[in-house]
Amino acid sequence: MLKHFGKYLLFMGSLVVRGESPRILFNRTIDEAILIGINSIMIVAIVSTFIGAVTCVQVSYNLTSALIPRSTIGFMVREMTILELAPTITSIVLAGKVGSNIAGGLGTMQITEQVDALEVMGINSASYLVLPKILASLFVFPMLVILAMFLSIAGGYVAGTATGALTAQEYITGIRDAFVPYNIVFALIKSVVFAFLISSLSSFRGYYTSGGALEVGAAGTTAVTNSVIAVLIADYVCAELLL
Amino acid sequence: MIEIHNIHKTFGDKKVLDGVSGVFETGKTNLLLGASGTGKSVLLKCIVGLIKPDIGSVTFDGTYFTNNKLDIRQEIRRKIGMLFQSSALFDSMTVEKNVEFPLKMLTPDMSKSERLDRVNFCLKRVGLEGANKKMPSELSGGMKKRVGIARAIAPNCTYLFCDEPNSGLDPLTALKIDKLIKEITEEYNITTIVVTHDMNSVIEIGDKIMFLYEGKKLWEGTRDDIMDTDIHELNEFIFANRLMRDAKKVEEREELEENERKSNQLK
Ligand SMILES: Nc1ncnc2c1ncn2[C@@H]1O[C@H](COP(=O)(O)OP(=O)(O)OP(=O)(O)O)[C@@H](O)[C@H]1O
Ligand SMILES: [Mg+2]
Repeated sequence: MLKHFGKYLLFMGSLVVRGESPRILFNRTIDEAILIGINSIMIVAIVSTFIGAVTCVQVSYNLTSALIPRSTIGFMVREMTILELAPTITSIVLAGKVGSNIAGGLGTMQITEQVDALEVMGINSASYLVLPKILASLFVFPMLVILAMFLSIAGGYVAGTATGALTAQEYITGIRDAFVPYNIVFALIKSVVFAFLISSLSSFRGYYTSGGALEVGAAGTTAVTNSVIAVLIADYVCAELLL
Repeated sequence: MIEIHNIHKTFGDKKVLDGVSGVFETGKTNLLLGASGTGKSVLLKCIVGLIKPDIGSVTFDGTYFTNNKLDIRQEIRRKIGMLFQSSALFDSMTVEKNVEFPLKMLTPDMSKSERLDRVNFCLKRVGLEGANKKMPSELSGGMKKRVGIARAIAPNCTYLFCDEPNSGLDPLTALKIDKLIKEITEEYNITTIVVTHDMNSVIEIGDKIMFLYEGKKLWEGTRDDIMDTDIHELNEFIFANRLMRDAKKVEEREELEENERKSNQLK
């Protein structure tokens, strides 16, 4: 465990020494960002819309007291999705999607000697391949999380009004009630932390694959499980430190 | 000139290289000959530093390489063109992008059109003109090899390493590739190492041959000397090739007849 951690730190260090020119890094980062963004937007949209809808329905099911105004449902959907569900669930979904993709891609490049081919050209393969992936994730994850926030609140709206749990007016009053802008900042900070953990851990797992196709599959699985655990631990740590 | 000195490499408890030393000369095609699994690819990877030898050192034109500073190693590596046994094409890029890649990375001041000209020139030399837009997954094994060679020779390298450039190719294309490698070596006066177990290549392009057997260098010489060797393991290798076997038999018969004549004369 400690040995792995040390190796991980060394790996992170190797990303920033003797990299390629800023122009190449920039272009590679844009390419990776487009890939990560486009490949994930659909799944994030679907998951967050349903999360918002489910949250709304369940909250309204639990709020039976006539003393509490129905607009509280909207308020609670907003609080839950912005603070926790949008950043964390989105990141867990992305850990599966992006993490396995990164680990599988790098693992395949490693076992088919493509990484060696880069090295022989005098290119720092870790920096060339991995750094753009991490930078792109840091950039794209917060955008996906913002999208997830909007869509889950919209999902809540649709579910709430469609089931007749509350009126549109009540929902809108609810989501505007006692709004704390810092919560958005907090969610975005979390998403950046999660992005770093997922992309770097998955890259680490993929980059150090050796063997054959079987090991590439195993690297993908380990990447996802490690990322999910790291995200949940980081979620707790962020809440302790920042709230 | 590349010098290797006393290279040892062990994987687990398997000794793969056992003290290999030698010199690979500039302007010549140096062959690494040996049976499957004798450590040819491992030796090549030790030379370029992809595998770290347990003991031993490599120098490129007098510059110490193994264990030297990363800067210096990368500087030398930028002068290396290498074809891997598995071709190792970048499978997310088209053939054109694969061949263009080292140019993009190593010669940033080349313009886009100059690069494309060079790519087309290299593809033409390996007989793959017009395959620019294909993906590696759409190529046959032999075509991948040839793209790999085009990628290796695209930048003007000082050192060219080819791991079995003509395995998986038909005899005609294999001969073409062999000739291409020899041509490039002489034209640009570079240091070339070719890993092979093909005796046709030996006859065709073997300026200097190193024979590896179970991780040891058993024999070294030119293609002209190879028929005269009395190393049993190398002779077995030669006898596996029919034409060479026949040639060798003729030679031996002539030698026998000569000896007989001599002894008759003595009588
Ligand atoms: N990464 C590695 N880990 C463990 N053993 C290895 C590794 N690479 C090579 N070997 C072992 O080293 C020996 C030599 O392998 P190498 O690839 O150099 O053979 P070769 O001479 O190139 O053979 P071929 O002509 O079949 O390509 C083999 O027995 C192989 O099992
Ligand atoms: Mg080999």
